[in-house]
Amino acid sequence: MTSVSIRDLTLKFGSLEVLKSLNLDIDEGEFLVLLGPSGCGKSTLLNCIAGLLDISDGQIFIGGNNVTWAEPSERGIGMVFQSYALYPQMSVEGNLAFGLKNARMPKDEIAKRIARAAEVLQIEPLLQRKPAQLSGGQRQRVAIGRALVRDVDVFLFDEPLSNLDAKLRAELRVEIKRLHHRLKNTMIYVTHDQIEALTLADRIAIMRNGIIQQLDSPHEIYNRPVNLYVAGFMGSPGMNFIEGEISGAGESSFNFASTQIPLSRYPFVRDDRPDKAIFGIRPEHVSCGPAASDEPFSADVEIEVVEPMGADTLVWAVLDGKEFRFRVDGQSPLHAGQTVRIGFDPAKASIFDAARELRL
Amino acid sequence: MTTTSTPAATQRPIRLFRNKAAKIAAIPMILTALVVFMGGTIWTVVFSFTKSKLLPKANFIGLDQYERLWSSSKWLIAIENLVIFGLCSLVFSLVIGFVLAALLDQKIRFENTFRTIMLYPFALSFIVTGLVWQWILNPDFGIQNVVRSLGWESFSFDPLNNQEIVIYGILIAGLWQGTGLVMCLMLAGLRGIDEDIWKAARVDGIPAWKTYIFIVIPMMRPVFVTTLVIIASGIVRLYDLVVAQTSGGPGIASEVPAKYVYDAMFLSQNLGQGFAGSTMMLLAVLIVLIPWAYMEFGGRQRD
Amino acid sequence: MTDVTTLDAPAGTRTAASPGLVDGPRGAKPKRAISPRNIMIYGTLLLVSVYYLLPLYVMIVTSLKGMPEIRLGNIFAPPVEVTFEPWVKAWATACTGLNCEGLSRGFWNSVRITVPSVVLSIAIASVNGYALANWRFKGADVFFTILIFGAFIPYQVMLYPIVILLRELGIYGTLWGLILVHTIFGMPILTLLFRNYFTSVPEELFKAARVDGAGFWGIYFKIMLPMSLPIFVVAMIIQITGVWNDFLFGVVYTKPDVYPMTVQLNNIVNSVQGVKEYNVNMAATIITGLVPLIVYFVSGKLFVRGIAAGAVKG
Repeated sequence: MTSVSIRDLTLKFGSLEVLKSLNLDIDEGEFLVLLGPSGCGKSTLLNCIAGLLDISDGQIFIGGNNVTWAEPSERGIGMVFQSYALYPQMSVEGNLAFGLKNARMPKDEIAKRIARAAEVLQIEPLLQRKPAQLSGGQRQRVAIGRALVRDVDVFLFDEPLSNLDAKLRAELRVEIKRLHHRLKNTMIYVTHDQIEALTLADRIAIMRNGIIQQLDSPHEIYNRPVNLYVAGFMGSPGMNFIEGEISGAGESSFNFASTQIPLSRYPFVRDDRPDKAIFGIRPEHVSCGPAASDEPFSADVEIEVVEPMGADTLVWAVLDGKEFRFRVDGQSPLHAGQTVRIGFDPAKASIFDAARELRL
Repeated sequence: MTTTSTPAATQRPIRLFRNKAAKIAAIPMILTALVVFMGGTIWTVVFSFTKSKLLPKANFIGLDQYERLWSSSKWLIAIENLVIFGLCSLVFSLVIGFVLAALLDQKIRFENTFRTIMLYPFALSFIVTGLVWQWILNPDFGIQNVVRSLGWESFSFDPLNNQEIVIYGILIAGLWQGTGLVMCLMLAGLRGIDEDIWKAARVDGIPAWKTYIFIVIPMMRPVFVTTLVIIASGIVRLYDLVVAQTSGGPGIASEVPAKYVYDAMFLSQNLGQGFAGSTMMLLAVLIVLIPWAYMEFGGRQRD
Repeated sequence: MTDVTTLDAPAGTRTAASPGLVDGPRGAKPKRAISPRNIMIYGTLLLVSVYYLLPLYVMIVTSLKGMPEIRLGNIFAPPVEVTFEPWVKAWATACTGLNCEGLSRGFWNSVRITVPSVVLSIAIASVNGYALANWRFKGADVFFTILIFGAFIPYQVMLYPIVILLRELGIYGTLWGLILVHTIFGMPILTLLFRNYFTSVPEELFKAARVDGAGFWGIYFKIMLPMSLPIFVVAMIIQITGVWNDFLFGVVYTKPDVYPMTVQLNNIVNSVQGVKEYNVNMAATIITGLVPLIVYFVSGKLFVRGIAAGAVKG
């Protein structure tokens, strides 16, 4: 059953098209993450779903109802904001109750819902405090609670963890995931943080310039990006890209400078073979040392810089004249100036048409 | 999939009634802007071309009122006074205001006390200011008398009774009331300057006065421009102070345009002259205002 | 105090711990309270303060002297014999040329003008500013721009059209006419003040309230109003001092029996009849200035915040 449906949604500010004829179906109970750099339209899309922005064209359905022109409060959504947006002069309880009071709900029902939300989020001791007396993590919990008490089917999160420090962010991330397992609501979550996207999402929609580039499971998006943009956006450090040519029809190979990478194991998705192509391989898919020679492709590289990051180490090297990064274990004794053998399985690579930037 | 087949259930709200409460709430503003400010201004400009005397009458006589205005010695004196007063108070209040702000910005003790002292005149009515300075500048009892009684018998300082310098007597009172405001605006501007600028200047060994003149003041350009506009629009309105301090005297030596307009409209039943005079005042303000508004808002259409 | 340090200390006393390092300044840098720089700064500020305080001082001492003492002594001398009679006379029996009721009538007129003007203009301007900041509709910016331009237009241009307007409304010459005029002319600056303030309130708060089902008035009264009390105080300061100190509108739009205090004061002091009683004049002047001065001294920092915005009023 579809929970949220977006049909041909277009949004213009004057002559500027922010969202371009966008279509999206979100299943009931699904956790969908809208991911992209700032200005890609992901928050705008969320605001349109919430009814906080008037759309220029298209339709929005929530729970089977056409809510295209409905007020935000009538859409059956709850929303959590980046800056928490707690009403500063109201207590936590007042914040939770505000929406319910506006809906003229009976007092005992309000109390029941607040009690339940407070229990779920473990904020019972905070109910009488003002937002200013809470820590960032507690504030965001209250903000989630405000969506929770509304007892709605769809939760909208607008970068809810971006204002928190790294440690709290990781904690609350797990908590949101737990909450989703428990409540089984539809959740639409906007973020620019790919770790959040990968850890939380059932499906990720990667956006750029108001267009969804790829809508797929985190695993697919990470391993089989449909275009060069998605491939470069996902992963940190980013994928290695090498420009070159594909030769041969059957037992083909990817050639650049004097290196040939065999592509017999690569699962092509398209039949056309353009002249220029871009070969991408993630740093973490590269092996180094004795194991490297066992891979379908291996070569010697010269190490330029070594960046130890604790658990692992990022190595910047040169592969046949091209910059090439790979990741090794944090205990690895590699150092700059050394020459080492690296290898990888081209089956894990992504190859793109250089002109159209689409996956081959 | 049931959702896509559902046609639009609700009626699209009519444009005019969307955001209804906001539009209703804005009605007083819209009425004020359109009826009073725009309507009133246009009405006055239009009727400045008529022969209106005691009552506004729409019998147009071209530029007659303006010709009479510019041949009236009272108006010419008023303009001359306004130019002297305006230039002097612009220069003095900017210089004094900035110097005082810079002094207060030296991380001194009692900063609040000093600021309170310099700003309190601004809280007062021009009438109060005018009357106090009328008393202090009174030749028989005020400063002139005090200095003479100290033994300097020939000392003479009676600006309010001297046609030649009466406008400077008003200027003294005007500066007393207004420099505190300029100081405050300048101080806010100084505080808005990045601390690191001062650190960088110190590391580079640039003396403080050079930092002020070559770095800080150019950085404060927007503050200066805004202050200038505020002072200038205040100057054009100069009225209460003159009424309280000199009533335009001695003779007509301290007349100002705003007083000329008031007198024409409400005392000498010569509405046409009043309209013509106020239109000239409007023109003067627009000459300052339009370039400023263009500079301030013309560059960026949307905010 | 000395700024001579151990530069000249004999070599033998150098600490052994840092061989090779010449022993130089160590510890806190000596500071002198009385430096030429400080003398200049504080001297200038003190001198300027005297200039600013002098009129206030002269007003007070003059108002406490009897007329004979004023004629003989100088205006800066403190009163030999303190008398409060000028104050009583200024308040109750001073003559304006029309009547001899003192300032009291003008004072109460000003109160009756100021209170409704302040309440009305702030109520209207705050809702206006809120609508402009959070509920922008097409054309709103155009009206707002005209309104702000209006703040700079010389009042003289609009004086007479408003006379006609008030006459049409039947309130020319009454207190309510003047109250309406103050509300109109307070609108540009106050609307600007509130608009800027409400714009600075995080937009997400507004969005959250909309998701919570609050409408235009719900958000205004329950969210915006409670969190913007300081700006309401600033607006009150601007408007109280502005309305109280007004002279021009009082003269133009009211009749003598409802003249505000400033007009009454000017008529008392500058009336041509009778012997000039400078002590009564100064007492009357202080009394008139008292309300804004009290507002000023009580409000402190908020006043400073207000004038940056209120300055537009000139």
